[in-house]
Amino acid sequence: MNALSLRNLKKIYNNGFVALKGIDLEVEAGDFFALLGPNGAGKSTAIGIISSLVNPTSGSVSIFGHDLKREQEKAKSCIGLVPQEVNFNQFDTVKSIVLNQAGYYGMPRKLALQRTEYCLKQMALWDKRDTVSRRLSGGMKRRVMIARALVHAPKLLILDEPTAGVDIEIRRSMWAMMQEVNQQGTTIILTTHYLEEAESLCRNIAIINHGLIVENSDMKSLLARLHVEHFVLDLARPIAAAPVIEGCQIERLTDMSLNVAVPKEHGLNRLFSQLSAQHIEVTSLKNKTNRLEQLFMDLVDQGPTNLQPTEMQR
Amino acid sequence: MNYSIAFKTIIIKEIFRFIRIWPQTLLPPAITTALYFLIFGKLIGDRIGTISGASYMDYIVPGIILMSVISHAYANVVSSFYSTKFQRNIEELLVAPIPNWVILSGYVSGGIVRGLMVGGVVTLISLLFAEIKINNIAITLSIALLTATVFALAGFINALLAESFDDISIIPNFVLTPLSYLGGVFYSTEMLPGIWQVISMGNPILYMINAFRYGFIGVTDVDIQLAFIITGGFIVTLTLFSLYLLHKGIGIKN
Repeated sequence: MNALSLRNLKKIYNNGFVALKGIDLEVEAGDFFALLGPNGAGKSTAIGIISSLVNPTSGSVSIFGHDLKREQEKAKSCIGLVPQEVNFNQFDTVKSIVLNQAGYYGMPRKLALQRTEYCLKQMALWDKRDTVSRRLSGGMKRRVMIARALVHAPKLLILDEPTAGVDIEIRRSMWAMMQEVNQQGTTIILTTHYLEEAESLCRNIAIINHGLIVENSDMKSLLARLHVEHFVLDLARPIAAAPVIEGCQIERLTDMSLNVAVPKEHGLNRLFSQLSAQHIEVTSLKNKTNRLEQLFMDLVDQGPTNLQPTEMQR
Repeated sequence: MNYSIAFKTIIIKEIFRFIRIWPQTLLPPAITTALYFLIFGKLIGDRIGTISGASYMDYIVPGIILMSVISHAYANVVSSFYSTKFQRNIEELLVAPIPNWVILSGYVSGGIVRGLMVGGVVTLISLLFAEIKINNIAITLSIALLTATVFALAGFINALLAESFDDISIIPNFVLTPLSYLGGVFYSTEMLPGIWQVISMGNPILYMINAFRYGFIGVTDVDIQLAFIITGGFIVTLTLFSLYLLHKGIGIKN
């Protein structure tokens, strides 16, 4: 069963701005799905419509088979939303924020207390349960929103840039938490600007741009379509000029480093051999850009056609 | 789904909110009305004599109580719901499977409870200045409840349509307060010149205050049945309008 189905979803705001031009999207139950796009592409509008915060102009949304218009209550019960910005009452305690949300979902008090304790413990916030939320750090506030979204045990969790602005340590712990939630059977839709986050967490991906889905596939096959990878090579000895190797683009960054674009079919082993033949010894290498980031930029800047396999091989 | 749990959650949250900030919500009306009773009722009232057979103090007590109910039922909902919008925690309600009528009844009930609690506080203060007799307890309580409902609903609509904090103070300052003062709190319409008596009859608050006063001292300038019809009519109209706004997402959805 699909966790989410969007059919010809359109949104035109009152000022005439067309945010969504009729998108179709399906997310399978149990998936960890990335919905990516540049700012203003339409992903927040899509999430707003799915979570009932924005009225669509036309089209339909189905959540676990329940139409959001006709079976609103059943459809809404399946969703938990972690919004981009903090949106809880900053004067409430951590516990009351989560407990109230359980109440809004009609959860009996005893069960609501148990679920609140479970979710706050899962987010390592139980010790902070009586703290007024505005006194929490940014990372803690985000975890409160995740606990709040999980309290009614939703089948579909939507995370709208959950790690924006949090330090790397908290981000890593949130990744582990998201993976754990997904492994427990919850479908997750993630939007993020950290593309390495999407690459390492998500199995399937859609990229939205100018109100249209420009890419929708599984992460593996999308990354497999990347035909050129960019590396920075650190060298053992200084060089005066960039070496010339057929099939690769090489640029001298400094005396001791090179910027290399290597086609997939060329391979790194061959490159190293060719460099070695020119008495250039490589001490280390790193990816110049994240692989997904490179694809994302291609799709967003030039449209999807540049990634057609036949064209890529020319 | 069990809607009563969602309703209880909203109303308990609302009650805790205004009780937590009681120095802003419950204390000021006690002080303000004590001054009204002292200055208007005692110092000036003693020189005015009686109106429709009642002492001036007895005459103004019901109006001042109901005026407090009106302003606090309104203020509670307008400030609470607008803050909910402003802080965007309205989204907590919008994503949840709560029907619009539960959201409306939760917030309006919060306003009613605060309005009636403030009315109770003012009634206790009035006991320091006047001996309160109840002519008809059913009319007194029912008109207080219905009036609180009308203004809690009006506060909800104001909060829905408001786009800034200025918008939630315009109606209370420039509409509600003048209509309350001109609604016969301190005088009988019989004391007004001819044309002003007719104009006053267009003020719905006049009917509510007079019906409430009738419940206390059995004196009224209006027909009690008409007062109930007008108040009930406002409740139905404002409820339908609120539900329409919620259904369309006006003021709360992008």
